[in-house]
Amino acid sequence: MKVARVIPCLDVDGGRVVKGTNFVGLRDAGDPVELAARYDSAGADELVFLDITASSDRRDTTLDMVREVASRVFIPFTVGGGIRQVDDARSLLGAGADKVSVNTAAVERPELISEIAAEFGDQCVVCAIDARRVGTGWEIYLHGGRTPTGIDAIEWAMTAVEHGAGELLVTSMDRDGTGDGFDHDLNAAITSRVNVPVIASGGVGTLQHLVDGIVHGGVDAVLAASIFHFGTHSIDEAKQALNAHGITVRPTPPPG
Amino acid sequence: MTRVAVIDYGIGNLHSAHKALCSVGADARLTRSVADIDAADAVVLPGVGNFGACIQALSDCGLTDASRSAALDGRPFLGICVGMQMLFDASDESPGVAGLGVISGKVTWLPAGVKRPQMQWNRLQLSADDPCLGTAHSESWMYFVHSLHAEPTDATVVVATVDYGGDVVAAVRQGAALAVQFHPEKSSPDGLVMLQRWVETLAAAA
Repeated sequence: MKVARVIPCLDVDGGRVVKGTNFVGLRDAGDPVELAARYDSAGADELVFLDITASSDRRDTTLDMVREVASRVFIPFTVGGGIRQVDDARSLLGAGADKVSVNTAAVERPELISEIAAEFGDQCVVCAIDARRVGTGWEIYLHGGRTPTGIDAIEWAMTAVEHGAGELLVTSMDRDGTGDGFDHDLNAAITSRVNVPVIASGGVGTLQHLVDGIVHGGVDAVLAASIFHFGTHSIDEAKQALNAHGITVRPTPPPG
Repeated sequence: MTRVAVIDYGIGNLHSAHKALCSVGADARLTRSVADIDAADAVVLPGVGNFGACIQALSDCGLTDASRSAALDGRPFLGICVGMQMLFDASDESPGVAGLGVISGKVTWLPAGVKRPQMQWNRLQLSADDPCLGTAHSESWMYFVHSLHAEPTDATVVVATVDYGGDVVAAVRQGAALAVQFHPEKSSPDGLVMLQRWVETLAAAA
């Protein structure tokens, strides 16, 4: 039985959630712990924290956040952003993250994936792939989609899995922020070539987009930010939409 | 209050199980002291990653015998994920590495044709009512992350399965030992309910 996962993504900077949220009743919409706990009780299947903290001396605040989340939130969570060496992964996993997501540093040096996988297991390593459509294919972009690499995204997905990535987080840079839906061709090209779970990201504007991601892109999990943060849709609505299209999901827990 | 020792043998993220047990009211301590483990009223063996690496880490910490005793001597015991798999005789993940041999059987790769790892929530199918997992008809959802699964020699130890390319063993019981393939500490809310019931059974037994 394949059970699709619904994953809200939180961008954090210096231990605070950026791109605010408007959950009703949150005391502090910028508090990642409170927000994570809220998503936990709302039935989110996992959480992804993307750390966009630029300065390295503020990264300790991220570790504090991870520790705090781990002591109050009892669903799996991934932390990504700025992981350049095994030590970075070790710190985050030691602080309580279940998985780490690598991106730029892994493209520059794919052995980073195998090193983390060797120490902590494949299941701990998510490879984030930011891809942009170029001609008939897709190319990897780094630094939040600004820097082209000339590397084919599908080839890279397979390389990352060979190196031990236990999961792929595939973001369409063409769709990210547009609300136009996932790039299903990209996702299908990757899911048909790898045997690890794939999370689709980038472009969700409606509940139908989540359904389409599973049905047309063949992905195992769907990630979204704004539709959840801005209260456009709840986790429960997302799951009901998936369920209504014959996609098995974990039901949202009853309130309380 | 019953003291729960969570065996800390230095691999991966062992804190989650400890924190989850504390959150449901257990007096749980992470420890790598044989004396603490021997003195505890109940013992938890967590585990993530590679079977052989976990067996080696347990051995390097000098905790192999204490872990095996805890699973056999009638004290309540809970094995989680690789902490469950290590109770068996061997694993196809690490040929030649002996498991703890507490439960007869071996650990094999998930069937071909399904994604590995199984990294998702799945619904438990109970073979009978269980004091921790609930009644046979109850519906509980747990989070799984694994590429291999246990195949006990004696099928009667199996208390729950999930459907993943066929029936996959999700929980076994032998004597006072309960071992689960899923992560109750990451399966809010149902997993926390399971842990809470487990902690309550300790109090009742004490």
